[in-house]
Amino acid sequence: MSTPVLFDLPGPRARARIRIATIVGGLLVLAVIAFVLWRLGGNGQLDPARWSVLTDPRTGVPQALGEALVRTLQVAAVGMVLATALGLLLAVGRLSDHRWLRIPSATFIEFFRAIPLLVVIFALYFVLPKFGAEISAFAALTGGLVLYNASVLAEIFRAGILSVDRGQREAAFGLGMRKGQVMTLVLLPQAIRRMLPVLVAQLVVLLKDSSLGFIIGYFELLRQARSLVEFFTPRFGNEYTFQLYVAAGLIYIVINVLLSQVAKYVEKRTRRNRKTAATSEVAASAEAPVGTPAGPA
Amino acid sequence: MQFYADNAGLFWDAFLTTLGMSVLAGLLAVVLGTLLAAFRVSPILPLRGLATFYVETFRNTPLTVVFFFIIFGLPQIDFVIGFFPGSVLAVGLYTAAFVCEAVRSGINSVSPGQAEAARALGLTFGQSLRQVVLPQAFRTVVPPLGNVLIAMVKNTSIAAGFSVSELSSLLPRLVNANAGELVLVLVGVVACYMVITLPAALALNRIERRVAILR
Amino acid sequence: MRTTRNLAALAALGLALSACASEAGNQATESAENTAEVQEDVEFDAGTTMAELNEAGAITIGTKFDQPGFGLLNPDGVPEGFDVEIGKLIAAELGIAAEEIEWVETVSANREPFIQNGQVDMVIATYTINDARKQLVDFAGPYYLAGQDIMVAAGNPEGIQGPDDLAGKNVCSVEGSTPAQNIRDNYPEATLTLFDVYSKCADALTNGQVQAVTTDNVILTGLVAGNPEGFELVGNPFTEEPYGIGLTLGDTDFRNFVNDVLEESFENGSWADAWDRTAGAITGEEAPEPPQVDRY
Repeated sequence: MSTPVLFDLPGPRARARIRIATIVGGLLVLAVIAFVLWRLGGNGQLDPARWSVLTDPRTGVPQALGEALVRTLQVAAVGMVLATALGLLLAVGRLSDHRWLRIPSATFIEFFRAIPLLVVIFALYFVLPKFGAEISAFAALTGGLVLYNASVLAEIFRAGILSVDRGQREAAFGLGMRKGQVMTLVLLPQAIRRMLPVLVAQLVVLLKDSSLGFIIGYFELLRQARSLVEFFTPRFGNEYTFQLYVAAGLIYIVINVLLSQVAKYVEKRTRRNRKTAATSEVAASAEAPVGTPAGPA
Repeated sequence: MQFYADNAGLFWDAFLTTLGMSVLAGLLAVVLGTLLAAFRVSPILPLRGLATFYVETFRNTPLTVVFFFIIFGLPQIDFVIGFFPGSVLAVGLYTAAFVCEAVRSGINSVSPGQAEAARALGLTFGQSLRQVVLPQAFRTVVPPLGNVLIAMVKNTSIAAGFSVSELSSLLPRLVNANAGELVLVLVGVVACYMVITLPAALALNRIERRVAILR
Repeated sequence: MRTTRNLAALAALGLALSACASEAGNQATESAENTAEVQEDVEFDAGTTMAELNEAGAITIGTKFDQPGFGLLNPDGVPEGFDVEIGKLIAAELGIAAEEIEWVETVSANREPFIQNGQVDMVIATYTINDARKQLVDFAGPYYLAGQDIMVAAGNPEGIQGPDDLAGKNVCSVEGSTPAQNIRDNYPEATLTLFDVYSKCADALTNGQVQAVTTDNVILTGLVAGNPEGFELVGNPFTEEPYGIGLTLGDTDFRNFVNDVLEESFENGSWADAWDRTAGAITGEEAPEPPQVDRY
């Protein structure tokens, strides 16, 4: 919001300078795009026949990518719900008055934040069965996503709970509420609303991370694209490699942008809500230290 | 223990590779991310647009896809890049988007009065950003920036699929050579990551507490 | 706003594309036909694995999903290849139809655990028989003899004739595979470039990021078939990789049964037929001489 403060409304000369910079910048960007397209064309990557593999149902590609997208969304949906729930529990646990709750929660959070998700998924899928617990690729992938993201979300929720004005908590206790009531009826609703943008950013990360399912053979979108590349390679060389990966990348971007747009919409609505209007200024400053998702992955 | 003694050299090399990738990609991400954040609050529209487009693209693409475009996509426009530099570039470019958002939220958290005062003193956009806003922003930005960088260390594991012999690449390699030792391999790899991430997280918690007092 | 525009652009692109047919679509290959005749009335001694599987009418087989010609997932999500056909042959002899086989992806890291934990009944996954693995699982077969070979850019600009010429060169293979380990152990002067799948090696060779690709010759032949103008095989195998079928350790009855099935398929031509429909169809090569089953 401080953007306008950092520079004056430009005068005529500054406007002229900015206009020149705008034109030069725009031309530069256009030049880069043109160069990329020219080289791609030079290497035959823009040939429509190579792209039509994505839309020609006889190749099985559109169906395969569609099904893989469904599998990606399934993992992501289950993962998002469970990670949010577990994250809330962990956050409350870490803020608990009881040592026996606080310490395990903190250890859990720090442990899963410290190791790569890839390794967690690998371990769940390959090591658990050694101890007699069979686990499907879906469960292992979801489990890994939940364990890791719940830890990150727990920290986001904790920051949110701590950022709620102290007076809220004191007033609630003053009204004779018990600890559990203060948390569930007063602190959490405010914390969650306040942390919504960060929460959604982390859920986007979760959705993208479902692509790590490739390591255990869960056929989500990216693994499916790779598998199609493998399938076409002995027949057509790398004719479709670039196209298939571009398609997978675009699908991810579209879905994630949609998710972010929904979040922005929800955020706008809650901002307009008069009940939270009073706290939104506090939130703006309290958000800062945790203003980004802790775990791009 | 015999297993670790036999493979100590491998673990050490892989550890150094992960560390090296992390440091180089981290530098790239912080420099580029800060620059992008400056673009995003600047008066020049194409710069703002470019930075916004960059951040939205990289934040919404899985890192594996970014890797793929750097390692195999760039040759399609006739730039061939080595696997290690390519991996550093992929992780750095990707993380820069998250650094940018962290720094930007930091800039937004600096009280508008500070910027107003800087402007009133006659400082230009660049000066007020460099000498007044950013130094303060970086202080509030430390915790989220730290989290982004810790996550980045772990993200270097994607490079295992692109011919960088870092820690995660030890999983398939050692497991194939020692079929019975799966758990040992995992424990070793996890421990190596923790050597980097846990001290970083602890340091971060400490800084977080100090910043909290300052505010 | 932006989203809507993106979607519109995508839709427009889709329309423009659907107008033209793709080469892949025109050549859409029928998935290999299964010719193995399912044995309707077979009797097995009670208590044997064969009787159990026959009773259940279903079997779980681990195979690879990313090995051209041997086990490769097609766009319909069904694996196809020589390994898969061998699995169908064995299942047919157990009285199990091809549709009743559950295919599970096994990668190099989980073949032994999956057999040991009973998550699969057998593993047919370009699985090289060696002494270390014999400690953990039993092997039927071999049903195929592969050999590690080298693929180079067409015209062989680097003049690579064998593994000794790899010194100082960038050589591509798959991490965690036996061929990669072999280069590491025996030809340490070669620089290894390791990916997770072979198609990336092919891309890297095309881009000049590596000078050679090495793995079992059958897989390389598949890659050359995909891009005959770009690649060629050195054709000088320098190892022997007998592919076996992994079974639970100590289940000798089952191992003998699988060996019998394999020997029969060698003789009655169904083995060669399976080859022609899968790996042979890609490479255009005739079925080789079947190997000698090793009843160790």
